[in-house]
Amino acid sequence: MHRPSVRAALTTVLATVALAGCSLAGTGDEAQDPATSSSDGAAAEAGGPVVLATHESFTLPKKLVRQFEAETGYELEVRAAGDAGTLATKLSLTADNPIADAAFGIDNTFASRPLDEGAFAEVTPTLTPPAEYALAEGGDRLVPIDSASVCVNVDTAWFDAEGIEAPRTLADLTDPAYADLLVTPGASTSSPGMAFFLATVAEYGDDWPAYWTDLLANGAKVVDGWEDAYYGDFTAGSETGTRPIVVSYDSSPAFTVTDGATTTAALLDTCFRQVEYAGVLAGADNPDGAEALIDFLLGDAVQSALPESMYVFPVMPDATVPADWAEFAPQPTDPYEVTPEEISANREQWLTEWTDVISR
Amino acid sequence: MRRLLALLALAAGPVLVLGVLFVLPVTGMVSEGFFVDGSFAPGAVLEVLARPRVHRVAWFTVWSSGAATLLAVVLGLPAAYVLHRLALPGRAAVRAALLVPFVLPTVVVGVAFRQLLGEGGPLGFLDLDGTPVAIICGLVFFNLAVVIRTVGVAWESLDPRPGQAAAALGASPSQVLRTVTLPALRPAIVGAATIVFLFCATAFGIVLTLGGVRYSTVETEIYLLTTTVFDLQAAAALSVLQIVVVVALLALAARLRATPDPTAHRTVTPVRAVRRGDAPAVVATLVVLVAMLLPILTLVLGSLTVGDGWGLANYRALTTTGDNQALLVPVTAALVTSLRTAVDATWMALLVGVSVALIVTRRSHSVAERRVRSTLDGFFMLPLGVSAVTLGFGFLITLDQPPLDLRDSPLLVPMAQALVALPLVVRTLAPVLGGIDDRQRQAAASLGASPLRTLVTVDLPVVWKPMLAASGFAFAASLGEFGATSFLARDDSPTLPVVIFRLIGHPGEMNYGMALAASVVLAAATTLVMLAVERLRVPGVGALA
Repeated sequence: MHRPSVRAALTTVLATVALAGCSLAGTGDEAQDPATSSSDGAAAEAGGPVVLATHESFTLPKKLVRQFEAETGYELEVRAAGDAGTLATKLSLTADNPIADAAFGIDNTFASRPLDEGAFAEVTPTLTPPAEYALAEGGDRLVPIDSASVCVNVDTAWFDAEGIEAPRTLADLTDPAYADLLVTPGASTSSPGMAFFLATVAEYGDDWPAYWTDLLANGAKVVDGWEDAYYGDFTAGSETGTRPIVVSYDSSPAFTVTDGATTTAALLDTCFRQVEYAGVLAGADNPDGAEALIDFLLGDAVQSALPESMYVFPVMPDATVPADWAEFAPQPTDPYEVTPEEISANREQWLTEWTDVISR
Repeated sequence: MRRLLALLALAAGPVLVLGVLFVLPVTGMVSEGFFVDGSFAPGAVLEVLARPRVHRVAWFTVWSSGAATLLAVVLGLPAAYVLHRLALPGRAAVRAALLVPFVLPTVVVGVAFRQLLGEGGPLGFLDLDGTPVAIICGLVFFNLAVVIRTVGVAWESLDPRPGQAAAALGASPSQVLRTVTLPALRPAIVGAATIVFLFCATAFGIVLTLGGVRYSTVETEIYLLTTTVFDLQAAAALSVLQIVVVVALLALAARLRATPDPTAHRTVTPVRAVRRGDAPAVVATLVVLVAMLLPILTLVLGSLTVGDGWGLANYRALTTTGDNQALLVPVTAALVTSLRTAVDATWMALLVGVSVALIVTRRSHSVAERRVRSTLDGFFMLPLGVSAVTLGFGFLITLDQPPLDLRDSPLLVPMAQALVALPLVVRTLAPVLGGIDDRQRQAAASLGASPLRTLVTVDLPVVWKPMLAASGFAFAASLGEFGATSFLARDDSPTLPVVIFRLIGHPGEMNYGMALAASVVLAAATTLVMLAVERLRVPGVGALA
């Protein structure tokens, strides 16, 4: 009576083992690839793997990766996981035994932490990015690669349809005419949310809690992440959205183009500029490869590909920007600024106070 | 004494696995906070525990998770009964579909919930967006399957005769339920509730998305303190607090789980036809199903929306890498990676889980032995209750030297997923194994059966179906796992939830629709796998009792 069941059990167990075997073998092969080729590479004069640690928003078209490998003889291995804060923490915690050779994606809001922990080595790239992006402290270790400004965006189509004039400044957002129209990602949970918060700190100084109190009294909605704000609440991003003012990027209007015109606009007087940096990790296995990678990131091929693959502006002035971007996504000329040192010194206190203000 | 030693030897393997993959990393990360510049300084950590904010966060975590757990149990019990004991058409499909929420990425469910509850959504009039009620609804949505599956499996193997006897002696159906059925199900109910509570207390994305960052739980606070503020002392303090609370909870659960009658018969009862008396349970189940269906329906509709009309363009795009090269690999490749990883995670979880379940449920012959067994039982539940953030960073700083240089190993992802699935396997199997009358084994042994033969003839026939259920469960948990996976997954081989998260975070007309379509595919793949697992069930397995 039990025989069929036992046989069935055995069959299933065997099938599972077989499947697992395939699967393990599959993963194993992939894992071995870099290792095998690394020993091959070591036999050649320059080469071997270069490991890049970065955040989850990083993408480089496959074509460019192949170009890098062909030009330099190194093999690029990208490890992208977590957000910018997670990356900064990872690099800081592993400063004495780095997880990679190079890192990309540390921005000006997180730069001081890994620098203080000694995660980065000095680097002199062949190409020099414009001085306006350089860090005052740590500029010898972190090289600017791209920039993106976080600005308040408005659904111009909505404002036209309602016959209301769209806001222009941070102060306008507390005007009762714009009551219940703004949605922003939170400063504690989102990198653009933090950037918007820093813009308000730069504008209002120590009085920012009063501004935020007014903002919330005027019906501002705070959500978790950029996705929630843009796709959940913004009228131009979601069918069920009810709010025509959202905290997003200066490049966002280039993504709402229909019939040769954009239906949204970034308010260029409300922007905080995020600059993303790359660097060679201290104690890296392959510092030469890491330096070659940074040169490549500053090269025209990658710089011109940045807008399409990562929605950011290149730092090198001669890089090409897509037509839609040039036409519909002007960059702010005079964004708000808060230094990395000031951010690092105050972040905890600011966030605690901010959370208290929005929890009231 | 020899029994005790044998027990410890048997437990050594699983304990070692958990020691390396869990205890070591968590200890490593927590001690980052306790050691300042190389010297032991616990004062700063203890000071953190006195902060009013920490008390607020801890209290919110406890009450919101408690409420969600209670609700999940109350709503899950009738559904477990209806779907596992009654001969309703299509119940296998419904049971499989019920695991769908369990695998959906929180970010997608969050958006779906907000489209329902948000200001412009069909349920916007309830004004629930950004409230604790929304958080609790979300937690119940994710965890109901745990209650239905764990309790349902135990209910299936419950001997109906004591209940029938009580009824024959004049007990009303509600008396039978109260005095016979529920006490016999108590180990399963308490086990399910414990898992749900731990899942809720460590929930991350759903709290942030549905609570609108206004509400912090211990888990979100640890994330904030570790990654954004880099206050490792405070993070360590909260991690320690979390571990202490979880251990206390597990100890309490172990007491509550103790079977009142260890000789209760386990068998496989055939389902029976629906009677008039089942109406309330059936109606309650239908209401629960409809409520569960709403967010999923929102997702499906969203995935079929193309511009102003309907179409399958989002699905066709799944073989591409998205607008503006949002992805490195197409969604279809990620699905294959997910399935492969899940297979690995499932056998790992089963291998360890079955041995743990056997170890913790064998009859103890001494107090010391019982203590060891129940400590082991709790130990293997711990990974569910401890912050994934602490564990993830702990991996990086402790598993970085040979012979344990695992941080770049591709096996790290299935191992982490198996760690999450392990308690599900143990809690599904333990109530059933614990219910097997030990005298059956003794009888087999006295008739000359070897321990292996006893296992095959006594334990296996009863535990066979629950084992399938457990493996399906582990598979689903692995398919949907996001927290640890996103931290550890390699860029060139992401799993489907990681890809979905990436798509939804990248602007581009198609990417949002593709994320929804990919979620539907993930849900459909889960349902199919679950249905296939149910198909494997062999009739006549439990004919022994």
